[in-house]
Amino acid sequence: MDFFISYILHIADISELNLPKSCAITFPNGKDDLMYFEVSIRPDEGYYSGGNFLFSFQVSPIYPHEAPKVKCKTKVYHPNIDLEGNVCLNILREDWKPVLNINTIIYGLYHLFTEPNSEDPLNHDAAAVLRDNPKLFESNVRRAMTGGYVGQNFFPRCI
Amino acid sequence: MADSTTNQPSRTRDLDKLLLRPGNLVAPIFDPGAQLRDDIGEYARILVVGAGGLGCELLKDLALSGFKNLEVIDMDRIEVTNLNRQFLFRLEDVGKPKAEVAAKRVMERVSGVNIVPHFCRIEDKEIEFYNDFSIIVLGLDSIEARSYINAVACSFLEYDSNDNPIEETVKPMVDGGTEGFKGHARIIMPGSTPCFECTIWLFPPQVKFPLCTLAETPRTPAHCIEYAHLIKWDEVHSGKSFDPDEPEHMKWVYTEAVKRAELFGIQGVTYSLTQGVVKNIIPAIASTNAIVSAACALETLKLVSGCSKTLSNYLTYNGVEGLHVKVTEFVRDKDCLVCGPGVLVELDTTVTLQKFIDILEEHPTLLLSKASVTHRGKNLYMQAPPVLEEMTRSNLKLPLFELMGKVSKDVVHVTGSTTKNDQKTSCLRKLRIAFKGVDGMTDTDMAGGA
Ligand SMILES: [Zn+2]
Repeated sequence: MDFFISYILHIADISELNLPKSCAITFPNGKDDLMYFEVSIRPDEGYYSGGNFLFSFQVSPIYPHEAPKVKCKTKVYHPNIDLEGNVCLNILREDWKPVLNINTIIYGLYHLFTEPNSEDPLNHDAAAVLRDNPKLFESNVRRAMTGGYVGQNFFPRCI
Repeated sequence: MADSTTNQPSRTRDLDKLLLRPGNLVAPIFDPGAQLRDDIGEYARILVVGAGGLGCELLKDLALSGFKNLEVIDMDRIEVTNLNRQFLFRLEDVGKPKAEVAAKRVMERVSGVNIVPHFCRIEDKEIEFYNDFSIIVLGLDSIEARSYINAVACSFLEYDSNDNPIEETVKPMVDGGTEGFKGHARIIMPGSTPCFECTIWLFPPQVKFPLCTLAETPRTPAHCIEYAHLIKWDEVHSGKSFDPDEPEHMKWVYTEAVKRAELFGIQGVTYSLTQGVVKNIIPAIASTNAIVSAACALETLKLVSGCSKTLSNYLTYNGVEGLHVKVTEFVRDKDCLVCGPGVLVELDTTVTLQKFIDILEEHPTLLLSKASVTHRGKNLYMQAPPVLEEMTRSNLKLPLFELMGKVSKDVVHVTGSTTKNDQKTSCLRKLRIAFKGVDGMTDTDMAGGA
């Protein structure tokens, strides 16, 4: 990694992180591999209040030319996150620009939990329920977060 | 008088006409001579990075231009779809390493040339491997690989105390690139012309499809392929990551993409389109490779022989809607983190990391407060986030000289904040650290002393 300028640009980014209070960052590979890291997000409002959601970040060797790859490691019932952990967030793909940074992404992810939207669905069923029956959606989210089935799918406890 | 060889036309006759005599083909200041031709043959060592469409052309062109010591590095194996343009390969070569076959074919065809193949990733080689060559010629299709080679070549560059590049540390690069009907050829002289990173904006980021479009409303064959590659793969192969160089993986994605396309009534998913989309490759045009490679080989010959002024410094070729060729002289970013001189900081070997950080704060041209320090990919100290601060805190009391592996000089990168017009801004700087009294260098007062 020493010879990728992306590494230095990314470190500069990391050294200036300004995370929301309820987010924490860890580096499972130690202090010399910052290109992989994990961020836990604990929303304090909205449907997902009290849940703890872990995201993995893999930074590209041409960062910030290319967005990091982000996955949700916690199985979650969410219209914009599928059961494999793929995340539909515009700045991770079509709207990424080199002026954006890790901080922007973390805020974007936080926002997904406070305001899930049914218009860009990855989990089609969850999106339909959110749109048609917000009360049911709320109880589905609760059931998933406390550990239980929603339809065919089991969600481990994350609260 | 004449020996038998001079009675026959030599295979280098035309090269001789260029290099052995003055004339209107060569620059007025050019000093021709037989020595020069021999030097090119014997002493110039050229590395070709990539043995694909451009690499095949480059090896052929360079060998025919009189270069005798060539090496080529490429990690790929030959695929059937390469055969239309990677003309050194034949059907029976499919599956073999490109570098090895390309080297063998050119050596069979051009007598006297020696080509050493390296079938590996560019990152697998020691950095010093790259320092061994007179010129590095790039025939690559990825930004990532260019960025890597560029950083390696620029790492050999040293500046004198007046921030002028030291000539013998300059590692010239000749970079070719093609995408369909378009291509470029450029010369990078680290320290004088812009490096790859100075002009990274020339390579616009590739637009990526929104995941929800792939999942919900695919409209094109590429959407179907990306769905199979990015979403379906994970669903089926839990935990196993997709490897674009694994033909089985590619076939799986292709098959899934075809199913997806049938479901949505979309036409046009093919295996080669699948490869193209997944590996982000635009269909290759053989002639574009030939044109760009020819320009690169000629510039390489001019760089080595000095027979004529070289390209300054970026040629674009565009075969779409007519044919356009343009040369642009881009300028170097003097603050470039890769090729720029950075700020020279001379230190005693006893200076601790903490003291160094304090020095940066008072340094007249830097005035950098709360610095985090990185050396060759190692984080010596990070001010934030707290988990990293904690992991690196113990370094603060150690001498920087020791933390940097007791070298006499090297580059570090620092980030921190600086105050400009009463406004705090964050900044990232490259520093050239020189330790006084090590290897008898930098500080003459110290050289003979303690
Ligand atoms: Zn540069």
